[in-house]
Amino acid sequence: MSVASTNAVPSVASRALLARRDARTEPALMRGLIIGFAVTFLLVFVALPLVLVFSEALAKGVGFYFAALTDKEALAAIWLTLITAAISVGLNLTFGITAAWSIAKFEFRGKTILTTLIDLPFSVSPVISGLVFVLLFGAQGFFGPWLMAHGIHILFAVPAIVLATSFVTFPFVVRELIPLMQEQGSLEEEAAISLGAGGWQTFVRVTLPNIKWGLLYGVLLCNARAMGEFGAVSVVSGHIRGETNTMPLLVEILYNEYQMAASFAIASLLAFLALVTLIAKTVLEAQIEEGRHTGDD
Amino acid sequence: MTIEVRDMTKQFGAFKALDDVDLRVETGELLALLGPSGSGKTTLLRIIAGLDWPDTGSVSFDGEDALSRGAAERHVGFVFQHYALFRHMSVFENVAFGLRVQPRAIRRSEAVIRRRVRELLDLVQLDWLADRYPSQLSGGQRQRIALARALAIEPRILLLDEPFGALDAKVRKELRKWLRTLHEEIHVTSIFVTHDQEEALEVANRVVVMDKGRIVQIGTPGDVYEDPASAFVHGFIGESIVLAVDVCDGRIRFGGKVLDLAAQDARPGPSKLFIRRHDFALGPAGSGTLDGAVAHVRAFGPMHRADIRLNTGGQETLIEIDAPRDRDLKPGDLVGLQPRRYRIFAAPA
Repeated sequence: MSVASTNAVPSVASRALLARRDARTEPALMRGLIIGFAVTFLLVFVALPLVLVFSEALAKGVGFYFAALTDKEALAAIWLTLITAAISVGLNLTFGITAAWSIAKFEFRGKTILTTLIDLPFSVSPVISGLVFVLLFGAQGFFGPWLMAHGIHILFAVPAIVLATSFVTFPFVVRELIPLMQEQGSLEEEAAISLGAGGWQTFVRVTLPNIKWGLLYGVLLCNARAMGEFGAVSVVSGHIRGETNTMPLLVEILYNEYQMAASFAIASLLAFLALVTLIAKTVLEAQIEEGRHTGDD
Repeated sequence: MTIEVRDMTKQFGAFKALDDVDLRVETGELLALLGPSGSGKTTLLRIIAGLDWPDTGSVSFDGEDALSRGAAERHVGFVFQHYALFRHMSVFENVAFGLRVQPRAIRRSEAVIRRRVRELLDLVQLDWLADRYPSQLSGGQRQRIALARALAIEPRILLLDEPFGALDAKVRKELRKWLRTLHEEIHVTSIFVTHDQEEALEVANRVVVMDKGRIVQIGTPGDVYEDPASAFVHGFIGESIVLAVDVCDGRIRFGGKVLDLAAQDARPGPSKLFIRRHDFALGPAGSGTLDGAVAHVRAFGPMHRADIRLNTGGQETLIEIDAPRDRDLKPGDLVGLQPRRYRIFAAPA
């Protein structure tokens, strides 16, 4: 490239060089630079932190690592995180399927508004999502006095954590299903009904099998986010030790108390879950791709 | 099972899909709903099946109101243009679906279901495909499986929506013949929708021609071909030559010339003269009421076809007619044409 641009009239030798150059690719030096930059970036920003998390976690030895994980507070946080994720995923699975079903298969007024509303949790900062629940259920909140009078605890208790997590993770399942269901149309459902199937039979035997991989994919992402959610949960949790601390919250608390190894031990568990999610995601994507190829038309 | 549709209208927004439609289908008939796209034929079929609902009007099966029942309770077999096979089920399970979803009280045993599915696969001659999935089948095979699936529920009525529309020409021809044979065998009241007039005329006992949400003619294939009720039907069914003429004092004027043809009590005013391509007597120049010069000859097939440039009445019109094989036409030959059969309809406003 440099040869061609510096010489107005290329010499015989450089012309031969030009002729041999492969026009489909960049010079070796350029390729090396670009690839090198990308690999360095990945190593520093993705691989290195992951390695650091695990090495910090094991800094005081394997014994301490497992002691930190089986600590009473840690176990409570892990349990709460799992419960919260399970309930949120369950709720969003149900809401997600119903919302996607109605949006993809029916025409009605206000459909665009509904579709936009579904995206709201993604566009709003998680802190605000948390604050909304404080405003609703807090002592000075909208339902606060009534709840207090009846002795129901929502804020600074498990219900608020579940609500905030469900709100933040709401779009994952719906957004995965809508395009899939739209692409598939309603013909197979119509065929099922004309063959005598009822609504539930049609859903279980025809609709569900057609969306199962996309659904699992949405659930996986939803679950990953539910376990990792920090902002919204932090606002509504009240940070009561052993009661309303989820794993991400506990990581922060331990870190602020300079218990580095314990903090990173919990963090490593979260990172491990993230890795499992990534692997599952890759497998699912392959399944979805295959489903698309073997699918009708 | 007879089907009776009365005073049916259906509107999609500002678009009138069905406009006051009345139709009676007799037991065992194989009826074609024929019309261009947007004529309302598919809407009518979907309403009969219970997949759509009319704004006004009624549907009854053997005199019994059908609109008070959902699609699942009507026992109507429906075959879709794009097959709509269940993509995650094997061919066998597709056909078995209608038997498996029956209420437990009347559901047959697994052995009976298996035997019935085998019978149906035999009927559509695809028993060797039982374990395949829809994506592994050709279009023609998919449509035959879709038909077997619809027949599994022993439907009282069979409805087919453009059943061969997505298939290539050769397969379409085979399946047409096959459908007619099948109908003779099982004799279930059937309606199929098509925009292909050849298909309608070849397969059906009776043809219903639709246009803009209305039924414009009902008759046997012979009726609608030989005796079209309107300019639309004449133009839509079979190939016709259309000349813009004027009717005045019981005479037909084409360009400047009065044609030597009776006006068939057509009303005075601008009209259209319809002549089938094969309904011309071809002779030497001056032998007919129309004169022209041969522009091009396509000499193959059972009839040769010739493009004739008419020079009657001072205006130039190019028409394509059928010419007998033994008639040796060459470009430039002058010929005379006399219509043997023709129809005159008032030009649509």
